[in-house]
Amino acid sequence: MPTAIPMDSVGLVSPQVQRFSEPLALACGRSLADYELVYETYGELNESRSNAVLICHALSGHHHAAGYHSMEDRKPGWWDSCIGPGKPIDTLKFFVVSLNNLGGCNGSTGPSSVNPATGSPFGADFPVMTVEDWVNSQARLADVLGIQQWAAVVGGSLGGMQAMQWTISYPDRVRHCLAIASAPKLSAQNIAFNEVARQAILTDPDFHGGHFQDQGVIPKRGLMLARMVGHITYLSDDAMGEKFGRGLKSEKLNYDFHSVEFQVESYLRYQGEEFSGRFDANTYLLMTKALDYFDPAAAHDGDLARTLAVAKADFCVMSFTTDWRFSPARSREIVDALSAARKNVCYLEIDAPQGHDAFLMPIPRYLQAFSSYMNRIAV
Amino acid sequence: MRADLEIIQDWIPAGSRVLDLGCGRGELLAWLRDNKQVTGYGLEIDPENIAHCIDHGVNVIEQDLDKGLGNFASNSFDVVVMTQALQAVHYPDRILQEMLRVGRECIITFPNFGHWRCRWYLARNGRMPVSEFLPYTWYNTPNIHFCTFKDFEQLCREMQVKVLDRLAVDHEHRHNLPSRVWPNLLGEIGIYRVSGPGLADHRVAV
Repeated sequence: MPTAIPMDSVGLVSPQVQRFSEPLALACGRSLADYELVYETYGELNESRSNAVLICHALSGHHHAAGYHSMEDRKPGWWDSCIGPGKPIDTLKFFVVSLNNLGGCNGSTGPSSVNPATGSPFGADFPVMTVEDWVNSQARLADVLGIQQWAAVVGGSLGGMQAMQWTISYPDRVRHCLAIASAPKLSAQNIAFNEVARQAILTDPDFHGGHFQDQGVIPKRGLMLARMVGHITYLSDDAMGEKFGRGLKSEKLNYDFHSVEFQVESYLRYQGEEFSGRFDANTYLLMTKALDYFDPAAAHDGDLARTLAVAKADFCVMSFTTDWRFSPARSREIVDALSAARKNVCYLEIDAPQGHDAFLMPIPRYLQAFSSYMNRIAV
Repeated sequence: MRADLEIIQDWIPAGSRVLDLGCGRGELLAWLRDNKQVTGYGLEIDPENIAHCIDHGVNVIEQDLDKGLGNFASNSFDVVVMTQALQAVHYPDRILQEMLRVGRECIITFPNFGHWRCRWYLARNGRMPVSEFLPYTWYNTPNIHFCTFKDFEQLCREMQVKVLDRLAVDHEHRHNLPSRVWPNLLGEIGIYRVSGPGLADHRVAV
């Protein structure tokens, strides 16, 4: 709980809701007749509407990217280290928009929303979403907010994929793209991890084919396992070793399978528990599928340079040395394609021990480079 | 602008596409962008230099030259520049080969270990030269492959590399009469413009 709001925080913020009634056609062939997007904004839109920055969230993220909802909040928004007065995305300069993607479980229309056709939650009937669909829905939100062109679209991980997709789907509407700890598409190993996570959810007896809400239950164990697998991949071996090592909860070994013995087991169980209490299982399935499906170069025989040729934005790509989920090599694929397509691009490989999660951490070199890049964006 | 960059910008045509290996703080690319509509990228590994490039709007890519240029397509740049880095890479011959593959022409500058001061220091003290110009001791220097003009030109001959232009200058990058007359002894820095064996001998319009 913040006893006082820090000076470099955007302070107390409240989410807003935007309802859309024009149907949104989706890549899966279906469409959403009407839907809501929940979003937050920080800073002020300038008169020429040239200072708007879109924040795209990753797998389990949402609209609450910075600041606090109340003085009782235990933690600020998920990207508070990078958004605020004087921070890399300086809210004294930029007007920041952060939303919860469609299919999410934090306010935007998603599987736990009521399906107007049936009067009960969508559950498994909610259409499968893609990164392109999200970008299209975000463009509509931009229209409503009167933002013709983003000064920058910024995201880490799955958020970086959305930022890249913006430059392909709406080249005239993005001046700068910052793709952090991201990849041009998932590797087989990435998809494999996602599949393990999905199977954990799908085979939970409380899943009920995705209609668990109708049964008044949640597939808690499945979600917990999914999160545990995910969490392992977000950290590096070193980060885990440093945090937990082979430390034990109690002094002796129990020689059974039920007790929590190692510190790392306790940590993973806690993370899994906590997550399964706040996240929707169907949303987790949707988000991992969107990750698996993302492959913009597929439309050009796998030629990413040709795919990015339409882009008009300048790019900043950053990766972290110990990130093995989206390794620096994956970011370099993006950079190489951009240089082959003769785009303006800066690339940094930040030395950081934290693994994939490093993009959320206040790492000095990362924040400094991020600030420098954002500083040079004319508004 | 640094005096050596002043000289080599003359050899870079307006509007060309340039790859600057070990671009440092990006002065050359920034100047070429502002004055000659040049586009391209700088490769650099020093975090402070990279930060400086970003501050000044220079396209900088964090990349270790010792890992090669395999990520760039052949003939994708008009000019590949490498100033004061040849002596710091693990395999100067390989990087030269790569530069010639990626660019139509290459501009390379390096300190001449054959300069009389180096020869004199080594002869008199029996130790590796340490000077204002080469301010490192042998064990902590980033410069691991010193060569002389003669050595470099020998390598060019072996690799069938054409030397299109050559300047021997002093440490203030003045090309005076003595360094023209006896470059390998009196030149402190070599500035070379070279091309691969495939390229016809042509002069860049300046």
